[in-house]
Amino acid sequence: MATHDYDDARAVATGPGYDEQLGYDPNFVPDSVKSFVVHLYRHIREKNVYEIHQMYETSFHTLSDRLFKDTPWPSVDAVAHYVDNDHVFCLLYKEMWFRHLYAGLTPTLRQRIDSWDNYCSLFQVVLHGVVNMQLPNQWLWDMVDEFVYQFQSFCQYRAKMKNKTEQEIALLRQFDQAWSVYGVLNFLQALVEKSNIIQILENEKEGLEQFTATDGYDYNGGSNVLKVLGYFGMVGLLRVHCLLGDYHTGLKCLQPIDISQQGVYTLVIGSHITTIYHYGFANLMLRRYVEAIREFNKILLYIYKTKQYHQKSPQYEQILKKNEQMYALLAICLSLCPQSRLVDETVNSQLREKYGEKMIRMQRYDDEAFAIYDELFSYACPKFITPSAPSFEEPLVNYNQDAYRLQLKLFLYEAKQQQLLLGVRTYLKVYSTISLAKLASYMEVDEPTLRTILITYKHKTHAVDSDGKVISNADVDFFIDDDIVHVVESKHAKRYGDYFLRQVVKLEGVINELDAIKLD
Amino acid sequence: MGREREDPKQQQQQQQVPYTVEQLVALNRYNPDILPDLENHVNDQVSSQTYSLDANLCLLRLYQFEPEKTSSQIVARILVKALMAMPAPDFSLCLFLIPERVQMEEQFKTLIVLSHYLETGRFRQFWDEAAKNRHIVEAVPGFEQAIQNYAIHVLSLTYQKVPRTVLAEAINTEGLSLDKFLEHQVATSGWAIEKGSQGRGQLIVLPGNEFNDPILKKNTADSVPLEHITRIFPILS
Repeated sequence: MATHDYDDARAVATGPGYDEQLGYDPNFVPDSVKSFVVHLYRHIREKNVYEIHQMYETSFHTLSDRLFKDTPWPSVDAVAHYVDNDHVFCLLYKEMWFRHLYAGLTPTLRQRIDSWDNYCSLFQVVLHGVVNMQLPNQWLWDMVDEFVYQFQSFCQYRAKMKNKTEQEIALLRQFDQAWSVYGVLNFLQALVEKSNIIQILENEKEGLEQFTATDGYDYNGGSNVLKVLGYFGMVGLLRVHCLLGDYHTGLKCLQPIDISQQGVYTLVIGSHITTIYHYGFANLMLRRYVEAIREFNKILLYIYKTKQYHQKSPQYEQILKKNEQMYALLAICLSLCPQSRLVDETVNSQLREKYGEKMIRMQRYDDEAFAIYDELFSYACPKFITPSAPSFEEPLVNYNQDAYRLQLKLFLYEAKQQQLLLGVRTYLKVYSTISLAKLASYMEVDEPTLRTILITYKHKTHAVDSDGKVISNADVDFFIDDDIVHVVESKHAKRYGDYFLRQVVKLEGVINELDAIKLD
Repeated sequence: MGREREDPKQQQQQQQVPYTVEQLVALNRYNPDILPDLENHVNDQVSSQTYSLDANLCLLRLYQFEPEKTSSQIVARILVKALMAMPAPDFSLCLFLIPERVQMEEQFKTLIVLSHYLETGRFRQFWDEAAKNRHIVEAVPGFEQAIQNYAIHVLSLTYQKVPRTVLAEAINTEGLSLDKFLEHQVATSGWAIEKGSQGRGQLIVLPGNEFNDPILKKNTADSVPLEHITRIFPILS
């Protein structure tokens, strides 16, 4: 996961132009940087993934912190001759160079365009299959993640037309292909297709090929770069489609990855979180609340248990932020679909601590309740984008909020359609049978209105899944026989099957460990 | 950039092999050149009473990328088709992709109101509103039938026995045509008709399903999918 905050606060803040700062000479290469590129280049040539990973995860950030807190790294031209002017290495170096720039400084329009060009060159090289490297999953994930982030950032930047200088507008017109939505989607799609990853994952299920089993690496002398980029490309497509508001297609893009199991996407914490965050959000928007709750619960529990190991990681802040956002989304899901039995105790107590009071107010369905839905959604939703190019005609207008406002409005509309359902549920919970007349008087509505409310309850609690199958999200259900409502409280048997499966695997592990111990 | 991938349309001309719209969407879904094909496909769906959500979302996405190409008439048809796909959430899926200023058009406002009535089970208001806007909904054959199917779907989730008047209102059918309809359902779909007690109207007995009858609820809680079992095969062998 990229280390920067997804809020575009940086893009607005106009820090001092580092170009003019006397401190930065793009051609000055400190010895430590020289040693860094020389070693990194050597490890890449020798396919020493472990060392590459160390240098990428640790040395790069240490050097950035020590030497390049307020300035970019030395220019690629200044370091190229230390690495035999190697074309691919220089593209990789530049990718990191821009990533560091975006994380801490404000990119100019020219730099945004240059970064786009660099991604084009880099992906072209990868797509044409001439890359013979083995790179760490973390790095490959960061590439895809950063690519989508910079696209999103560009769309936000471009949508703020009011304060653009004439020079910026001229550049935008001239380079209208830079970060075009077609280009971005087609690159991701091309990575997925050229890598043949969907087939590879299918073959793996049949036992014909290994991918997940080797963590995506290639131990037969090949390169993992295209394959793994293609794999993460599917997550990238999910994210871009969510940013566009196309949740159905987004989920479709992710389908080849079985998220009920561990996979390469769970190896990198950033990719794990991004995948589940967008998967859960898309399901929330599709009203498949149970599915969203289930996956949010799993990942929040996972983060709770493992976050201490990431404290020193450059991604730590971003992990915490997404963690908070997913609690907010979970609060929304549970308010619309009160299935707290799906939530682990640890997660539940965290949730109550963070949102307990708000969740009680959300149950009231008055204006204040909708204000909280609004607040939580706005805080936790993806940074929606308007993908179309701006109108360059006067007067120039900002449209960076349009996409977000539309998604928010439609979400609140949905919440309002469901506003009477919690009331019905409260009564259903305390009766096993109740006449329509009596229930209507409790609800203070007439009988025909009550019938529509009950139909709405059924419709909203029965989602249609991707195969067109009806699935129930209701914990309290009912049926009507003439004018009597019969309540069906769903009993949830313990899932012994899963429990036994897990114990079988556990026992096997213990036996294997015992076997490994040699008794003298 | 990014459009350099093989264009099936060109291949099509060379090889004289016609591509179906499904193939176009699968192979070339991020290519603006397929926009006219997708628009034609919407009209085909209307005339042949078929439906393809993926193709329609693909088209709405292309409109979203290049709003100046948007055809209101096509968008309206897509939305009517999406209403007809209820209970699936297709109508919302489409709205998520249609810019707000487009949604402000009168015909879309009407469709949004119609969708609201269906989403909240208010069939009488729905049919009244639909009757006032025949020019929109009657442009798409099969509309009435599709909504009736949706009404029967939610009624079947909700009721074991539904009063005739409630059914009549939901499917907008009364008197003789309702009798005929019921006769047909009794013969083909396992419906039954009971006389209401104490001078009240007829009761329609809807076939049992897992949502209106707790006994038929599948006990999924303790079934383990085969994929999960296969994971322990190596251990068991």
